[in-house]
Amino acid sequence: MKAVDFDYVRAASIADACRLLADAGEDGKLLAGGQTLVPLLAMRLARPSVLVDINFIAELQGVELDGEQLLVRACTRQATALADARVQHHAPLLAKALAFVGHDQTRNRGTVGGSLANADPAAEIGLAALTLDAEVLARSSAGERRIAVAEFFTGPMTTVLASGECLTAVRFPRRTLAGRVGTGFREMSARQSDFALVAVAVELALGTDGRCRYLALSVGGAGPKPLRVDAVSARLVDTGLADSDLDAAAAIVCQAIEPQTDILASAGYRRRLAGALAAQALAEARDEALDGRA
Amino acid sequence: MSQHEISVTVNSRLHRVRVPARLTLVDFLRDVLGLTGTHVGCEHGVCGACSVLLDGRPVRACLLFAVQADGAAVLTVEGLAPGADALGVLQDSFWETHALQCGFCTSGMLIAAHALLQETLNPTRKEIRTAIGGNLCRCTGYKQIVDAIELAAERLRSTNEARSGHGANP
Repeated sequence: MKAVDFDYVRAASIADACRLLADAGEDGKLLAGGQTLVPLLAMRLARPSVLVDINFIAELQGVELDGEQLLVRACTRQATALADARVQHHAPLLAKALAFVGHDQTRNRGTVGGSLANADPAAEIGLAALTLDAEVLARSSAGERRIAVAEFFTGPMTTVLASGECLTAVRFPRRTLAGRVGTGFREMSARQSDFALVAVAVELALGTDGRCRYLALSVGGAGPKPLRVDAVSARLVDTGLADSDLDAAAAIVCQAIEPQTDILASAGYRRRLAGALAAQALAEARDEALDGRA
Repeated sequence: MSQHEISVTVNSRLHRVRVPARLTLVDFLRDVLGLTGTHVGCEHGVCGACSVLLDGRPVRACLLFAVQADGAAVLTVEGLAPGADALGVLQDSFWETHALQCGFCTSGMLIAAHALLQETLNPTRKEIRTAIGGNLCRCTGYKQIVDAIELAAERLRSTNEARSGHGANP
């Protein structure tokens, strides 16, 4: 349970990190919060020869409002983002999701960008980012690029990031949705703080007539990557979001996903769970929008 | 393989030492500094036995390399006691309510509870359970641990009242 020997280098800037990572080649790994990487090192499932520590880079820390965007820099601790009033106000779904990520001791180290780059299909931050139409910023020696979260994940624990690329920030659109907005986040896990067996995230907006104007629903933990279920939006937009509408949407969710059986739960259980959690998350978002609390 | 010179403050004492890159913070505390109050359980971030405060916030000392604590202040369970032969209020409350049996999880529980009591001296039982949600105990069933933290909060509140507004520390 001890990591293999490795060289440790501390990057002073993003450019420095990109250069160190490129120098290390395929054997290099970025070290952010370490809450997933260090266990993998301890179990020797990962054996990088060089770790590039990006925790000391000031330009990777913090949250800021940037025009119509809420910018969360990659090494912002999950606990810092969760406590940030701008996150709660401009991306309440992200704040709800962050509360399900691990617990205090891991959120105090774990980073927002690290969770995205790690791409666990049951992770909450990626699920919220997908639902909120966020985009990821990444830098390499070749320059910076923006990647829509919808195109970022390629499968379990894999993303479109190249080996010399460093995720630098994630940008969430600030809500400009017309009408009353509500969000819902529901998850079931074996123990509080574990990765989700299934999680569902919802953001919606109601018009002045109380009818649904906009809706996004995504499911995590029920496939190789988080899945946005557009058929739910098609079914619910322009309805009054009656309980019967939500039940119909839940049935659509059950059909849209292709969950796996693993040691924690069967595919059939995950399918039923996704339907039940979808109905709950939709009701939570609807009721929040009706209350005008969002 | 690389070796690194670090400066780290542990329980208010500054240490300047050379550490190999792969040495975890918990192994550094135990094997280099001899502070064996912090325990090593699962070594992959699940059990919470190795919890310490890093710059005032609870973290897993098995998920951090010692080299990363360069420049930081660490508080371990040894730093909670007022002296070598005395218990702090929180520790005494654990003793009072039988909040430990084998004791393996206790230092992590104390650190998690200490972090909570730094934030509030009026925690609800639900808040207490959330605060120790990352710490596994196989003996007590947790009830006595929650009782202990509740008792410590109560004692610290009354100490504060007795001192008419001058704060007490857990």
